[in-house]
Amino acid sequence: MSVGDALLGIHATALQLRSQRMSMLASNIANAATPNYKARDINFAQALRQASNGESIESSVEYRVPLQPSLDGNTVEMSTEQTAFAENALAYRSSLSFLQGRVGTMMRALKGE
Amino acid sequence: MSNQTLSLFDISGRAMAAQLVRLNTTASNLANAGTISGTEEGAFRSLKPVFRTIMGDDGTATVAIDKIVSSPAAPTKRHDPSHPLADKNGDVWEAAVDSAAEMVEMLETSRQYQNNVQVLQTAKGLMLETLRLGQ
Repeated sequence: MSVGDALLGIHATALQLRSQRMSMLASNIANAATPNYKARDINFAQALRQASNGESIESSVEYRVPLQPSLDGNTVEMSTEQTAFAENALAYRSSLSFLQGRVGTMMRALKGE
Repeated sequence: MSNQTLSLFDISGRAMAAQLVRLNTTASNLANAGTISGTEEGAFRSLKPVFRTIMGDDGTATVAIDKIVSSPAAPTKRHDPSHPLADKNGDVWEAAVDSAAEMVEMLETSRQYQNNVQVLQTAKGLMLETLRLGQ
């Protein structure tokens, strides 16, 4: 564990993963009308565990199982993707505010106020 | 499979560009709905864009227009000898455009464009907030 990790805790890793997941969900939304596109998502709990152990998170990327398969082979369901995206954005923001708290604490310690 | 790194702006931006091409084809289809031709070959056939996924690194993907194809639907033959474009049998051909289907397509395109705009807005907001970290 590096010095940065010790100071910032799990939130630094979480923020990175949230950003990666955001790109993946954006990819799904971008391909909402592409025939045969298969939606993917990150299994976040597993990915976070792997990332904090310094492992690759490749095995945490999973294909989404559609609630109702469509005729053109596309598995993007807008409602699912939008909910996941909103949830992910909120989680990103909460990780960010935890980090802001940590950084604030460090700044106060450094200034010795 | 290419190994380019796609940023969030690439993903949503290119998807918006693709949706815009789709909207343009819908617009030209609707503009040509009801046009008459004197030959079957000369009649307008509706245009359809074909989307293709472009894969990037780390499971990201965006979309591009692969090609634009003409719909296989046949133009409607109508007997109208008084029409100035009618051939020697008195037949004209109406453009093969399904206006209702095109309107539905237009709405769907506009919704999906909006979805991409929303994604971009949210991502941009979060990035700006991250930039302000520690200030």
